[in-house]
Amino acid sequence: MLVVDDIHKSYPTAEGPVPVLSGVSLGLAAGESLALTGESGSGKSTLLHLAAALDRPDQGGITLAGTPLAGLDDAGLARLRRDRIGIVFQQFNLIPSLTVAANLAFQARLAGRHDPDWTAELTGSLGLEGLERRYPDELSGGQQQRVAIGRALAGRPGLILADEPTGNLDEATGAAVLGLMLGLVAETGAALLMVTHSERLAARLDRRLHLRAGRLA
Amino acid sequence: MTALSALLSHWRRHPLQLALLLLGLALATALWSGVQAINAEARAAYARAASVLGQDRLDRLVGPLTVARYAELRRAGWPVSPVLEGRAGGLRVLGIEPLTLPREAAVSGLPALAEAGALLAGEVALVHPETLGAEALAGLELLASDGIPPGTVLADIGLAERLLDRRGEISALILDPARPLPGPVPPDLRLQKPAPEDGLARLTDSFHLNLTAFGFLAFAVGIFITHSAVGLAFEQRRPVFRTLRSLGVSARGLAGLVLLELLALALVAGVAGVVLGYAVAAALLPDVAATLGGLYGAPVPGGLELRAEWGAAGIGMALAGTLVAAAGGLWQVWRLPILASAQPRAWGRANARARAAQAVAGLGLWGMAGLALGLGSGLWAGFAVLAGLLLGAALLLPAVLAGLLALAGRGARSILAEWFWADTRQQLPGLSLALMALLLAVAANVGVGTMVASFRATFTGWLDQRLASELYLTAPDPATARAMRDWLQPRVAAILPIVEVEQEFGGQPGSVYGLVDHATYRENWPLLSASPEVWDRVRDGGGLLVNEQMARRQGLALGDEVDLPGGILPVVGVYSDYGNPSPQVILGLTAFRARYPDVAELRFALRLPADEVERLAADLRARFGLGEEAVVDQAGIKGFSLQVFERTFAVTAALNALTLGVAGLAMLASLLTLAGLRLPQLAPVWAMGLTRGRLARLDLLRTLVLAALTALLALPLGLALAWVLLAVVNVEAFGWRLPMRVFPGDWLVLVLAALAAALVAGALPALRLARTTPAAMLRVFANER
Ligand SMILES: Nc1ncnc2c1ncn2[C@@H]1O[C@H](COP(=O)(O)OP(=O)(O)OP(=O)(O)O)[C@@H](O)[C@H]1O
Ligand SMILES: [Mg+2]
Repeated sequence: MLVVDDIHKSYPTAEGPVPVLSGVSLGLAAGESLALTGESGSGKSTLLHLAAALDRPDQGGITLAGTPLAGLDDAGLARLRRDRIGIVFQQFNLIPSLTVAANLAFQARLAGRHDPDWTAELTGSLGLEGLERRYPDELSGGQQQRVAIGRALAGRPGLILADEPTGNLDEATGAAVLGLMLGLVAETGAALLMVTHSERLAARLDRRLHLRAGRLA
Repeated sequence: MTALSALLSHWRRHPLQLALLLLGLALATALWSGVQAINAEARAAYARAASVLGQDRLDRLVGPLTVARYAELRRAGWPVSPVLEGRAGGLRVLGIEPLTLPREAAVSGLPALAEAGALLAGEVALVHPETLGAEALAGLELLASDGIPPGTVLADIGLAERLLDRRGEISALILDPARPLPGPVPPDLRLQKPAPEDGLARLTDSFHLNLTAFGFLAFAVGIFITHSAVGLAFEQRRPVFRTLRSLGVSARGLAGLVLLELLALALVAGVAGVVLGYAVAAALLPDVAATLGGLYGAPVPGGLELRAEWGAAGIGMALAGTLVAAAGGLWQVWRLPILASAQPRAWGRANARARAAQAVAGLGLWGMAGLALGLGSGLWAGFAVLAGLLLGAALLLPAVLAGLLALAGRGARSILAEWFWADTRQQLPGLSLALMALLLAVAANVGVGTMVASFRATFTGWLDQRLASELYLTAPDPATARAMRDWLQPRVAAILPIVEVEQEFGGQPGSVYGLVDHATYRENWPLLSASPEVWDRVRDGGGLLVNEQMARRQGLALGDEVDLPGGILPVVGVYSDYGNPSPQVILGLTAFRARYPDVAELRFALRLPADEVERLAADLRARFGLGEEAVVDQAGIKGFSLQVFERTFAVTAALNALTLGVAGLAMLASLLTLAGLRLPQLAPVWAMGLTRGRLARLDLLRTLVLAALTALLALPLGLALAWVLLAVVNVEAFGWRLPMRVFPGDWLVLVLAALAAALVAGALPALRLARTTPAAMLRVFANER
C-alpha cells in the first residue's frame, strides 16, 4: 500500500537547512498496522506528512497504492489525499466553521464516497451522538480527536495515517479509542501508520519502528 | 531601548503593512484636511465679503434716503456716513464717502488712498486683484486690494452713482459707534442692527456641509484601514509582546512603548497627509470656487492660502484617529496574558451577539432618521436623516449579510459549497468594517450619481422649455438695438424683447425680468403652478411670476403679494429655475416698463426657422459689427449651461471616486489582516484534498461574493440617499425640488467598479495563499503554536 524509499527531508532555517529525515525507508501492506515511535523532534510528524502527500521529500521516493508521488502535480497529490488517505493530526484537525456532522462527512462527501449508514455507525461507535450539531470549539480535545478519527475512516480510505491520535486523551479513553480504531481499520481492510509515544499502545499494533535522529533504528 | 528595537524590527520585516498603515492614515488626513482647507478658504472669503464696510459690526440707518436728507441729518449732529449699494454688470458696487466713514468700517488700503485724494476725486475704484479685468469697469482707473472680496467694487459714492446710474440716492447711513447719537431715530428711518450672519454663509452652508460630510466619510474609511493594519501588526507581534513581558517589561511600559511607536507613525503620516491634503485642496479649489461662484455668486478666490491652523488640526486628527484605530489593540497589549492560551479562537459565534446588538442599534438609527424626516425641518434635519440612514445601514450590514450567507448555505448541495458559505460567514467579523466602508462608498456613489443624473435629465428638459427661442441678441447700446429691431422685423417670425434689472429680495441679490406676451412663453414656460389665465394677468400687469426658489424661501403661494417699486403685485405663477439660487420675478413687458422706465432694452430673443439661424446670425454679426457673445444661438447657451452644470458636480464626482478607492484599500488591509489568522481554518481543508490554488480561488471568490452582496445592498440604500438629497436636502439648500430619475445602467457600472475594487484588493492575499508552502500549512498541526 505504502512504500517509502530512502527519503531525505530538511527544513530551511536562519542557520541554513536543518536535516530532519536522512534516509528513511519502510513498507506497509494493506490491512497491516505499524506504530512509529521516537523522541520529540525526531521527525515522526514530518515522515507522516510526507507519506500523506502533503509535502514532498527532498530526495527519495514514495509510492502510494502503486502510484509514485513524484510524478504527480499539486492537483494530483490533492486528489490522491482526497480519495485514498485518511489522516488524523496531532491537533487542530477540524474545520472550525463546520458542525461536527459536516466535519465528519467532509472528506467522504468531497471524494463522492459518502455513506450515511456507515457515517451513522461511526458516530455511534465513537460516542459522538448528540454532538452532531455542535461546532469544533464547543468540543473537548478528546471529542475533537474522535471526530477527526471518524472523518479519517468515513470515506473508507486505503491508508490511514494518525499522528498521536490519542495524545490528548487520558489513558483509559486513549486505549478505548485505539481499540475502536483498530477494529474499524480491520473492518475496512485499510493500512494504518500511527505515531505514538506510548509503548503500551504501540504494542497493540502489528509492527513497530523507532525513529532516531532522522533514521529508523 | 532594545525593547523598542525589538518592536520596531517588525516593520522592517513587514514593509507592506507599514505602507498600508501610513497610507491609510495619510489618506484619511489628506481628504479630511483638504476639505477643511477648502471650507476655511471659502469661509474666509465670505467673512471678507461680509465685513466690507463693517456691516457685520456697525449699526445703520435705513429708510427713504437722499443726499438732501443726509445733509440734513449731518447738520443735526448725526454721526453718519452714506453708502450706496447696488449691482451692475454682475458686480457688487459699494459707494462710500471716505471722509465721513467711521474708522471701524475702514478697508485695508483705503486710508492712504483717501488721503491721496484719488478716491475722493471719484477717479479710482478699489477691487480684488481677480476682478481687475471686469468688463463693466473698463475705462476706470482701478487699484487692487486683497481686503475686498472678488466681484466687489469699492468707490467714492459719486463714482458709484454713475456706475449704478442712481444719482442722488443713498442706500443706508453707517453710524459711527464712537460718537453718541444726538436723539431718537427719526420716525421715517429705521435703525438696522449689524447682521454678522451673512446671507452667503447661510446659502453655501449646504455645499460646505456636503464637503465636510464627504471629508468625514473618507476619514472614517481611512481609520478603518489604519485599524486593520494596526490590528494585524498587534496580532503578529503577540509573541514579541509576550517575550518582552516575560523578560520583565511591565504591562504599562509595554503599552507605553507601543503607544509611543504609534504616535510617531501617526505624526509621520499626519504630516504627509497635511501636505497631500494641501495638494488635494489646491487641485479642487478652482472647481469649488467656480461652483460657488456659478451657483451662489459667492466671491471665492481660486488660490489657496497656507493656514497654520488647519495644518495643526490635520495632524491632530491623524493622532486622534490613530488612537481611535488602535484603542482596541492597545487595550489587548495592556491586558496581554504572559502565557499563551492554546485554545483555538471561537470567532464566529461569539460575534453573533455583537452583530445582533449592532443591528438593533442600526434599526434605532433608522427610526431616528424617520423621526427627523417626519418632524424635523431645515438643512440640519436633512443631514440628520442622511446620517441616520447611512450609519444605520452600516450597522445593519453584518447581520443582513450573515442572514443572506446562512440562507445560501442552506441551499448548498455539495459539502464544498456548504463549507464555502459557512467559512464566508466566519470571515464577516473581520471584514465587516471594510464592507461597511464599501457599502457607504457605493451608496454615496449611487445616491449622488442619481441626484446628478436626475438633475441633468430634468435640467436638459427644462432648458428646452426655457430656451425656446432660436437666437438671443445683446445690443451694445439703445440706438443699435433700435436699428437691429428695424432690420430684423421683416426677417424673423418674432422679436421678443428681454429686459432685466437687478434687485434684492429678502436680503438676497435677485433680478426682475420683463417678458413680452407671446406663444413662445405661453406654450413653453416651465410653470410649476399657476392661477387661471396666468399669461393674460401677467400681460395686463395684474400679477407676476416668481421662481421656485423664491417661492420656497419666502413661503410664497399663488395669490401672495410681492413688494416691487411702484407697488405690490400678487403671485400668479411659480416656475422652475434650476441652476440659479437667486430669487427671480417676471413681469409683463408693459408693467416692467412702467415700473423701471430707465432700463434700456438691449436684449432680444428671436423666433425663426431653425435652418435659418446660422445665416441670420452671420448676417447680424457682419451688419452690426457684433462680437461672438452678442449673438448666441440656443445650442450655444445650452452647451454653456450644461458646462457650468458639469463643473458644479465635478468636485462631488472626484470625491466619490476617491471614496470608492479608499474603500478598496480598507478591504485590502482587512484581507491581509485576516490572511494571517486564516491558515488554521484553511489547512484542514487543504489536507482533506484541495490544492492551495483552489483554496486561493475560493478565497478570491469569497471576497467577490461579499463585495457583490454589499454593492447590491448599497443600491437601495443609495436610492434612499438620492431621495433624501433630492426631496429634502436640495430643497433646503437650493430651493428647488427635482423629480427623481433612475439610471440602472449606471448602477451596473458601479457594481462592476465595486467588484473590480474587491478583485484588486483580494488578488494579493489570494496570491499569497496560493504560494503558501506546505511546511507553513503543516505548522498549523504541529504540537506547539
Ligand atoms: N515546518 C517546519 N519548518 C521548520 N522546521 C520544522 C518544521 N516542522 C518541523 N520542523 C522541525 O523538524 C524537526 C522534526 O519535527 P517533527 O514535527 O517531525 O517532530 P516529531 O517527531 O513529530 O516531534 P513531536 O513528537 O514533538 O511531535 C523538529 O526539529 C522541528 O523543529
Ligand atoms: Mg509530531
